[in-house]
Amino acid sequence: MIINHPLLGRRDSQEFVYLGDAALMHRPDGMAADALSKFVDFAYLRDNPAGEHRELWYHEQGDRSWLVVTRNTVTHAITKVELARDVAKAEGRSK
Amino acid sequence: MANSLKSLTPLGHAAAETVTVGPVTIVENVAVALASLASRRDREAEVASIAAAAGIALPGPGQATSGAVYGALWLGPEQWMVEAPFASHEDIVAILKPLFGEAASITEQTDAWVRFDLTAADLPALFERLCGFDLRRNGPGAATRTVIEHLGCYVVRRAETEVSVIGPRSSAHSLHHALITAAKSAF
Repeated sequence: MIINHPLLGRRDSQEFVYLGDAALMHRPDGMAADALSKFVDFAYLRDNPAGEHRELWYHEQGDRSWLVVTRNTVTHAITKVELARDVAKAEGRSK
Repeated sequence: MANSLKSLTPLGHAAAETVTVGPVTIVENVAVALASLASRRDREAEVASIAAAAGIALPGPGQATSGAVYGALWLGPEQWMVEAPFASHEDIVAILKPLFGEAASITEQTDAWVRFDLTAADLPALFERLCGFDLRRNGPGAATRTVIEHLGCYVVRRAETEVSVIGPRSSAHSLHHALITAAKSAF
């Protein structure tokens, strides 16, 4: 499987480490009143779609960037690769 | 006792080693000092202008540059490895830190790495046995981090016939062995 890195171009997937659902980027506020139930959901609940899935990959054996990869879990076709940093910034976060 | 305080090369000898395997020459290069340079947040433009004034050409993704004194290779977004002659820049951080001040984080890297310079007419044939970095597509000036024998290494294409492999110093012998084995296999 080849991942088209936004900065470095096409790289073999063996250079990457898979983390999981891109929803993991949205860590709940630990100081909120309902933090416990939010963290239970954050830690244990995942969508497991047969089809398009946004997921986090880490370019461990490359430039060590985190990527948000949109991949079809049925065909393994990758339709979009973004830097997680850019995704977070687009959501209005500082880093 | 004086001898026991003498510094050793990454391969553990008093002098750097050179090995020739067929058409390939593998030189253990101990003449270069390294420091990593990372822009601090929102200081990127400042770092770029200080670097330009100091003669450090900071390359874009997947690239390396070399200048009169300083060379640099891209490590990640707003991060570079700066190279300079060891003879004049042994304490490279002490030289760079006053230039960049608080705009960048600079860390000594010289002693963490072993650098092998390989020269051969047909380097792509050698590196296609070692790593996933395709030298046929990446000409002089290309640089990347990739895996060689399970070791995270930087591969820098200095010229058509010269490539530097910068790998973890603690695995210097394993990396050296891998390079020699691949050279024997390729030629």
